Amino acid sequence: MEKKEKKGSIFDSTIEAFQSFLRVPNTVTRRGSHVRDCNDLKRVMIIVVVALIPTLLFGIYNIGYQHNLAAGTDMGFWQMVWYGFLKILPLYLVSYIVGLGIEFASAQIRGHEVNEGYLVTGMIIPLIVPINIPLWILALAVAFAVILGKEVFGGTGMNIWNPALIARAFLFFAYPSHMSGDKVWVAGVDGYSGATPLAEAAVGNFPTMANGSDSILNMFIGLMPGCPGETSTIAILIGAAILIFTGVASWKIMLSTVVGGLAMGYLCNAIAPDPTSYLAMPAWEHLIMGGFAFGAVFMATDPVTSAQTETGKWIYGFLIGAFTIILRVFNPGYPEGMMLSILLMNTFAPLIDYCVVQRNIKNRLKRAQINQ
Amino acid sequence: MVDYIKLKQGLDIPVEGVPETRILKSIVSETVAVKPTDFRCLIPKLAVKEGDAVKAGSVLFFDKKRPEVRFTSPVSGTVCGIIRGEKRKLLEVRVKADPETEYAMFDLPKPEAITAEQVISALLESGLWPCIKQRPYGIIPNPEVRPKALYISGFDSAPLAADYDYILKDEVENIQTAISTLSKVVSKIHFGLNAKTHASTPFHKLSGVEFHIFDGPHPAGNVGVQINHVCPINKGDMVWTVNLQMLAIIGRFFATGKVDMRKTVAVGGPRVSTPGYVKCISGMCMSGIADMTNDNVEQLQKGCEVRFISGNILTGTNVGKDGYLGFYDDCVSLITEGNYYETFGWAKIFRPKKYSFASTYFSWLTPRKKYKMDSNLNGGVRAFVMTNKYAKVFPMNIYPVYLLKAILAEDIDKMEQLGIYEVVEEDFALCEYIDPSKIDIQAIVSKGIDIMIKEMA
Repeated sequence: MEKKEKKGSIFDSTIEAFQSFLRVPNTVTRRGSHVRDCNDLKRVMIIVVVALIPTLLFGIYNIGYQHNLAAGTDMGFWQMVWYGFLKILPLYLVSYIVGLGIEFASAQIRGHEVNEGYLVTGMIIPLIVPINIPLWILALAVAFAVILGKEVFGGTGMNIWNPALIARAFLFFAYPSHMSGDKVWVAGVDGYSGATPLAEAAVGNFPTMANGSDSILNMFIGLMPGCPGETSTIAILIGAAILIFTGVASWKIMLSTVVGGLAMGYLCNAIAPDPTSYLAMPAWEHLIMGGFAFGAVFMATDPVTSAQTETGKWIYGFLIGAFTIILRVFNPGYPEGMMLSILLMNTFAPLIDYCVVQRNIKNRLKRAQINQ
Repeated sequence: MVDYIKLKQGLDIPVEGVPETRILKSIVSETVAVKPTDFRCLIPKLAVKEGDAVKAGSVLFFDKKRPEVRFTSPVSGTVCGIIRGEKRKLLEVRVKADPETEYAMFDLPKPEAITAEQVISALLESGLWPCIKQRPYGIIPNPEVRPKALYISGFDSAPLAADYDYILKDEVENIQTAISTLSKVVSKIHFGLNAKTHASTPFHKLSGVEFHIFDGPHPAGNVGVQINHVCPINKGDMVWTVNLQMLAIIGRFFATGKVDMRKTVAVGGPRVSTPGYVKCISGMCMSGIADMTNDNVEQLQKGCEVRFISGNILTGTNVGKDGYLGFYDDCVSLITEGNYYETFGWAKIFRPKKYSFASTYFSWLTPRKKYKMDSNLNGGVRAFVMTNKYAKVFPMNIYPVYLLKAILAEDIDKMEQLGIYEVVEEDFALCEYIDPSKIDIQAIVSKGIDIMIKEMA
């Protein structure tokens, strides 16, 4: 907020960041309330990181599992975990080294303290990209997201779009061959074609309760090809429970996103021409496919880029859910619609809030006129 | 039928050292002070110089813009110090008190026979006019403008605040006198009662007032919140508010013709050895309660000094151990200065010595526990991030973040549209307390009010 006086060393912000990371500083209140709650942004962010851990752990296992399946080898549980760990570790190294490096540098340039927002962004980015992404491309995406998605607006709290999604959108449009298709999801097996359930569904090939309850169960557990963090609905639900219980993320957005998705899904079902068309895929199946659950729980609820009024949150979430299904079902070019619809609604969130706040203003004006 | 208003949002901060209903002692301060800084946007002009003899009720300084608004001495004695700050800003006028207080006598008509003009001029002359604050802005009202109504909150819900039912139980008659007299000036007087005590309170028999019962945690006792729920302030409206103890002083004045500024003040907080009440005079010196401090602190707080706060821990002023009680304050809170480092503070899973409203810690497991709170900021200042949290402790139909951002942008139209007239700093105190971004929200609101006053002048 306030500009600090510049001291000598160019590493002041960095040193300060590490110090306040290790111990809560001895600053005391100067103005206003003399006592302050012990909850700070570091704590809030670390809760989100904790909520992401189940998806990360499952993602690690699933990388090994999918590899094992594709390569036809016979790996044990711990071998699969170790394989997945080795595959995802470089992604995390790149994500945090590049991202935090830029954060530290920009904090230093501005004379600010380093914001902790990137702890979460850096945790999310490797979870929403294909495991086979080349590291230099990932580094580019991270740099793009942090600089153009966040720092140009003034850092954490000022950005318009979710930075992690900006990274993904950058990859999606700049390097589409590394981001979608059938070849990118399974690690370590060249040329292996492992389509995600979404891609399958887009060509009308989806399981139903009658003929594919096994594959539906696998989708729910997460044993399917896809981005490391997105596949397991169970792990995401654990994260959702943590976020809702601690009050860090808004349950209203999560719920309304699901409701929006289901509503649009059932509408599609109703207008489906025949039972094998994509339109006829059971609405609830959308929720466990692709990035819907992950997006609804971890991305749509970002307090900075989502709608900030309580009424606005219902509208915002509902539209995210509905647009996702529209993009998935009616746009054959993009099998996944979650990213684009969240980014779209990030853009419109201030407009939604504007309308809600405007209603408050109108009521106040009306009250003043009645009183006169 | 009495209004019953239920407020869901809010928070009673569980701080240790709640004053128990007992009078611990009477404090006779050697010096007392009147501080122009207690009054918003006052430009004071001195009426005395060092060495002058004054009586209780003699003018010390007045408002440069409206010379009829006077500020008088609460004791008789000699002016012993005129303290100035940067740019010669007047900070304090200190009076060395006589052993026996000599009162300036005001010749007043009987309370029943007094006219509205006489009420106003008597209050102005006696220096009790500043007891009244106006909304919007929370400033001393212009004596020439009649308000729409007068609002009185019959309880203070702030942490460690004084219990009016206890300290004013013998002052009901004076309060009634004040209400009867002020009703000559204002047509309507609203009185807010606490739902928990509204049947037992000595005030429920007051006549000439309209009662409203408020049920809920702090800030239910804030007069601004009560106004917002009874009849919110619109552009162009003006209402008065009076603190209940001030009202008793006004009543005493109309009954006796003397400016008798004796008060009962709550002394509480984790650093008070025996939290309770003291009898003292407005503007008393904190040295009178220096012997009430203790060293009962948590491990981390060892060696940290005591912060003397005139007022409550959310909105009071840090006056220091030799400072003076504020004009409007009826409680003193002593907390520890939190200038210590806490290794891995935010990363600890459990942090049992610290309270958090958020469920990111585990304070919700021990709802009855009281905490030895200190002045540590518990984090670093950041931009607005967790914007959905403030509404949980802000029981008004206002969007706090939007109003704050309008103030930061100095957008006067937006501030007006979003309800700047309905708020003062204290209404945002809890938002500031729970804010994980550690923004000085009350300072922002204060800036907004200053801008509005300047713009509307």
